[in-house]
Order: sequence, then structure tokens, then C-alpha cells
Amino acid sequence: MSVLDIQNLTIALPPGAERARAASQVSFSVGKGEILCLVGESGSGKSVIAQSVMGLLPKNLPVTAGTISLLDENLTRANEARLRQLRTTRMSMVFQEPMTALNPVMTCGDQIDEVLRFHSAMSASERRKRILEIIAETALPDPERMVASYPHQLSGGQRQRIMIAMALVLDPALLIADEPTTALDVTTQSQILNLILELQKRHGTGVLFITHDFGVVAEIAHRVAVLRLGELVEIGTRDEVLKRPRHEYTKMLIASVPALKPVARVARPDTRVVLQTSKLAKTYVDRGWFGPRREVHAAEDVNLEVRRGQTLGIVGESGSGKSTVARCIVRLVDPSSGEIRIGGTEIATMGAAELRPLRRKVQIVFQDPYRSLNPRRTVGEAIMEGPLNYGVPRPEALERARKLLELVRMDASALTRFPHQFSGGQRQRICIARALAMEPELLVADEAVSALDVSVQAQVLELLEEIRTRLDLAMLFITHDLRVAAQICDQVAVMSKGRVVEYGPAEEIFLRPRHAYTRALFDAAPGRGFAFGST
Amino acid sequence: MILNNWSVRIGGSALIVLLLIALAAPWLGTVDPSLFDAGSRDLLPGKSGEISTLEGERLKHTFLMGSDSLGRDIYSRVLYGTRVSLLVGLLCALAALSVGILCGLLSGYLRWLDGILMRFMDGIMAIPAILVAISLVAIWRGSLTTVVVAIAIPEIPRVTRLVRSLVLSIREEPYVEAAISLGTPTWKILFGHILPNCVAPLIVQGTYICAFSILVEAILSFLGVGLPPEIPTWGSVMAEGRAQFNDYPHNIFFPGVFLAATVLAVNILGDGLRDTLDPKMAKKV
Repeated sequence: MSVLDIQNLTIALPPGAERARAASQVSFSVGKGEILCLVGESGSGKSVIAQSVMGLLPKNLPVTAGTISLLDENLTRANEARLRQLRTTRMSMVFQEPMTALNPVMTCGDQIDEVLRFHSAMSASERRKRILEIIAETALPDPERMVASYPHQLSGGQRQRIMIAMALVLDPALLIADEPTTALDVTTQSQILNLILELQKRHGTGVLFITHDFGVVAEIAHRVAVLRLGELVEIGTRDEVLKRPRHEYTKMLIASVPALKPVARVARPDTRVVLQTSKLAKTYVDRGWFGPRREVHAAEDVNLEVRRGQTLGIVGESGSGKSTVARCIVRLVDPSSGEIRIGGTEIATMGAAELRPLRRKVQIVFQDPYRSLNPRRTVGEAIMEGPLNYGVPRPEALERARKLLELVRMDASALTRFPHQFSGGQRQRICIARALAMEPELLVADEAVSALDVSVQAQVLELLEEIRTRLDLAMLFITHDLRVAAQICDQVAVMSKGRVVEYGPAEEIFLRPRHAYTRALFDAAPGRGFAFGST
Repeated sequence: MILNNWSVRIGGSALIVLLLIALAAPWLGTVDPSLFDAGSRDLLPGKSGEISTLEGERLKHTFLMGSDSLGRDIYSRVLYGTRVSLLVGLLCALAALSVGILCGLLSGYLRWLDGILMRFMDGIMAIPAILVAISLVAIWRGSLTTVVVAIAIPEIPRVTRLVRSLVLSIREEPYVEAAISLGTPTWKILFGHILPNCVAPLIVQGTYICAFSILVEAILSFLGVGLPPEIPTWGSVMAEGRAQFNDYPHNIFFPGVFLAATVLAVNILGDGLRDTLDPKMAKKV
């Protein structure tokens, strides 16, 4: 018997949206003890389907046809009171961002207790016993302390464990997990995935797991359903879908996932050194009027070297200091000590006026394409801004902008349009064009493809690679994604807790990692058993 | 999109009507508001009487809103008073916004200046607005410039705080960091990148300052420390009618209605603009 059965589910979008329906004619079921992964790119409707099951759809997205049956009860006809009864008792949900999903002013214990108070007749002591039991089950250390902790006192992974404990405390038949590991680091992600697998097996829970990450799918799914623009294009067992995809779209998606195996590259040790850092360090000091002085060593003793035509990847988890290093090199933050040489010139301690002529040699592309462009300026103005700052005449700057748009494969008509008229991938191309307009020697890409969908990510990576060879640029590529690093980097520096723990040619590091942290990072990479990117 | 909002429509049209009244005051059956006539004192609204011009000529005139204890036409005084109120509201908003924007941008972007400038602003905010205005007018003697400056100064810290808070979040946006790495000079970043993204909440704040300034100007005139007595304002008309309020309430009623309507219109417009321009500040979720 299936726990969740969705038949011909159709959900309308408000008039004026880019398509008529958020989901159309979607049918699938989740069996007892089964994990079904719902995969799709942003805007595919996967979260909307999850919300429709939980009865959490906003009013402007009505279910117009189809049925959602939870243990043979039709949820589309259930009223709000009934849905409230069913939530957490029969079905519950884990969200992407555990910091915002938990109430910051209630202790974790009180938040789980609230669920029990509303949905069970347990006495206070029984409830407390149950809370400690479920927290222990999620493998959190010291359950007594966890119960008394506020969300901000826990790490991201611990918060997500609390969310899972809260979702499973009443032993529901269905667990909906909406991108539960997307906000987490790769090592934490693998622990949370294991926890979900283990609890699901023990309780026989049916799981609807929503993700955009095929690596995660390979780790956790029994069956996979692929969504595209609200339509279900393919459904099958994990091996069927991942190894023998039938639909063109699925094939394209799977081929876009970068392989974990590094691409063979020709070493060119004789080219000119563009960037060299030695003993670079950044320490953040918190000097309160009262209370002790606190120091955070964001980066320490970082020695890197990038040559012309070469890509150096800095890989690490959040808080490892990789972005700090990038921002020091671009001089968006001032380094505390150490040297940064751009083409032989020391810039780490340079004053603003001295630095200004050298700024154009180093350009940066940021992670979030939606915030990297001023919403009130046209694309043309954005691309021309740099050259105009350095005295290039306007007609020449415009001509350069036009050529660069062509280089990043965009139409010249984009010049007079505003950023909101473009998709994330297109915006990232515009940002690349803006950086290239300065004719830099070093391009810093700070997680530049991390916010993009996998198919768009593949295109942007290809573009960066092409630009690097064509313009013979040096590139510093910051990423948390090992797959991306394997595809684009000649050299890789692995950072952990502000220090470079391993540094060398990409092939060397990927095939023969020496440092324990690097090995842990590779072991945690989801889906390493599958050969993605090769179909 | 802005015009689809009912608050904007209602507040905006009311203000346009008031603006037209102010501009067309000489052609709306008014006489020179400073004219008086001893024979037409304390007339009730709608009564006819006579009024003498500066040349000594006596004209027949209908006192639509009655007359005051000197025999001046309240209708004319109220209509001409509209000019003063709207002008004071607009100028105060512009003055407070321009100084506040400059201070806020500098304070939010140049961290070393922040502490000094904001403590100074805290100092200004610690003194009640009316008290500051009264003291300043008392020092400088009443004129339009004095009144506008005196009303605008206490508003500057509020604008500064708003702009500073916006700058603090916008300066962290990647597009500002991109501009820094493109070698854009600081002043261009402030006025080209940061300021245009603060405009929506500032327009809203501007309408509130405008409404408040109209009220404060009326209060100052009522207290006799506002504009010189020869300029008719709603506040001075009400002040002059105060002693006779029990017998002739119209002296206070008509300017009061105009004052209330204007402030209400500006506030409604401000609420509508806030809801359409600045979803973050909207009360509706």
C-alpha cells in the first residue's frame, strides 16, 4: 500500500506568470518505507507539490484538478482543521534552512514539546521522556543540553537534526524533506543523509525527498521522479533514471553534472606569475567597549601562486576562509599581514589612491547573480562603468561592451535592458562581461556558479573555460563544490579553518589526497559511486 | 502601478485639489486677505457685508466663511493660507531630506565619521521638535526661510537614521563591491549606486515630514512665533479666533478643517506610496 498517492495533480499559477500551471497532471506515489526523490531545476514546481501535500499552498496557487491521497484519505477535500490534525501525526516536513525554520526565541525542547502538546494526550513527564528519546535517536550529543538550547547555540547540522526530531516525534507515515541538506556543508550533508536513511528504515517512513542535486539522489533515492516546468518527465528506480535515462531532459541534466574525476590538463610552468601571496592572513578583531577582545583568524599563512592561463581552485567548507582570501586579493577587505603580489607589485598594504590604477588588473565575479548587478542600472551602464572610470571614451566603452556581450553569448540588445529582465545564468554572464571589460590579468570567481541550476552551471563553466584560454587569463576559482573544481582547475588548494591544508595539481589532489581533511571531504561528496557527466 | 493604489489616488487627488485652490486663490471670489472693514466685524458664514480696499473704496462682499473681529474675510485668509502651508510642507521636506541624505550617506559609508555624526544627531533628537523650532525662530525672527529651517532641522536626524540604515545594508551588496573593484570613486558609489536604491523609502519619509511640517507651521503661527503677522496662515487665523471661540466657532472651524484635510491627504498619500514603492515597509503581509 502506498503512503502517498498523487494522481493528475494540477496547480494553477496566478495570471501573468511565465506559465499557466505550477504543476500539471503530475502523478506518482510513495510507498511505505520508500524514498522517492523529486528532482528538478529551480522553477520546476517541486516545492509547490510538497506544499500542496502539506496543505501549505498560498491562496493564489489553487489545486485545480487531481487528488492527493495520504493513507487513502483525499487531502484536497480536507478542511484546515483536519489538515492541522494530520500534520506531524501522519505527515511532516523538514525545510531547507534550519535557522529560519526554528523559532529563535524558544528552546529546542519547547518547540518539540509544542508538537506533542497539540497532538497527543501525553503528560508532561511522558512528553519529556519522548523528547529525550527522539533527540537521542537523531544522534545528537547530550540530549539534556540540546533540549535546553536555543537554535542559535547549535550548528547548522545540529539544527537540522532538531528539525528532523521534531518531524518524526509522532512517527508520521510520510516525511517530506524539501532540500534538507542544501544549506549544509558537504560533510554535514552526508551525516544528515545517513540519519534520514537510518531513521526512515527503522520506522518504515515513506519519504518524499526534494532536491536539485543528483549526487544526493544517488546517495538516498529508491525511486526518482524528474520534473520539468511543472511536468513529470520521467519516473523510475534510481539506477534506471541515473544510469539509463530515457527522456532527453533527464539525459541532459545528468550529463550536466560535473564528474568528480579531474580533467587531464597540460601543465605550463613557464608562464608568467600573475598572483602570488605569501603568509597572507586576515584576523577579525572584535573590540567591545566592555567584555573581552575576541579574535577570529579567518585566514592564516596562505601562500598561493597563479600563473597566466592557469586556474587555481580554492576548495573548502563554509567558514574555511576561502572567500576571505579572495576578498583580500581583490582588496575588498584589507589583509592583516602578509604579501599579495599582482604581476610583481605588492598591493597588500597599498593606499586607496595608489591601488586605484592596479584595481583593473584583478576583477571578481560573485556568487549571487541577483545581487551582483545594481537593479536600477542598465546592463550597458554596468559593463561600461569600469572602462569609463579609467577614462575610456564613451563610444569606445560601448563598443567594448557590445563585443563582450557577444563573447559571453548574449545579444547586444541586452545593453539597454535592466538586470531583472534576465535569468540567473544570463546575469552571471553579464557579470563576467563586466569583469572582462576591465581587461584584467586575474579573474576571481567567488562561488560564481554555485547559485545556478546544474544545466546553466555547465554552460557558465564552459564559458569561463573558453574565456580563460582565449584571453590567456589567470583565474582564481573559489568553490565548495568538488565536482566543479575537478572540471575547471589546474591547481587546487584545500582550505580548512583558515589554513591551506593541501595544495598541488588538481589531478594529484583528486586522485591521491594526502591530508585527512581532504580525504574526509572526498568521502562525503554525494554520488561519488556514479559516473556523472559522461553520458 | 502606483496609480492602482486607492490611497495614492485619494490622497493624491485631494492634494491636487488643494494645490489648485492655492494657485487659483485670487480668482475664487476672494479679496486681498489683509483687507478689513470695521462695519463687517464678526459676521457669520454666508452673510453679506462690505469691505474697504486700500484706496478707501468700499466693496460689496459675501463672507462665505464669516469674518473675524477686525472684519477680515476668513474665506480669503484660509485660501491664501493654503499657499503658505503647502509651500512650507514641501520646502521643509526637501530641506530635511537633502541634508539628511547627505549626512546619512556619509555616516553609513564612512565608518570613521559614523560615531561622531550619529551622536550629534542623537543630541538633536533629544530636544523636542517644537521647542527647537520655537527657539530658532525666536533667535532669527520670523520669515519663511527661518520657519522652514527651524522646522526642518529637528527632522534631519530621522532622515539621517533612515538613510544610514539603508546604506549599511546596501553597502554590503555585491554590486557595490563590484563597483569598488571596478575602481569607481566613492562619491560615485554613494550617489550612483547606493542613493538610487534608497529612493522609495525616502519618498515615503518625505511625505510624512511634509505633513508634520504643515502641522508644526500651524502650531508656530498659533503661538505667534511663526511667519510675520501680515502673511495669513491657518495657524494665525485660528490664533486670532481663539478668544471668541465660544461665540464665533467658525473662526477656528474652517482653517481647522483645511489643516486636518491637508495633513490627512499627505499622510494617506504617504501610506499608499509606502505600500506600492516599498513592500518591505508595508503593513500588509
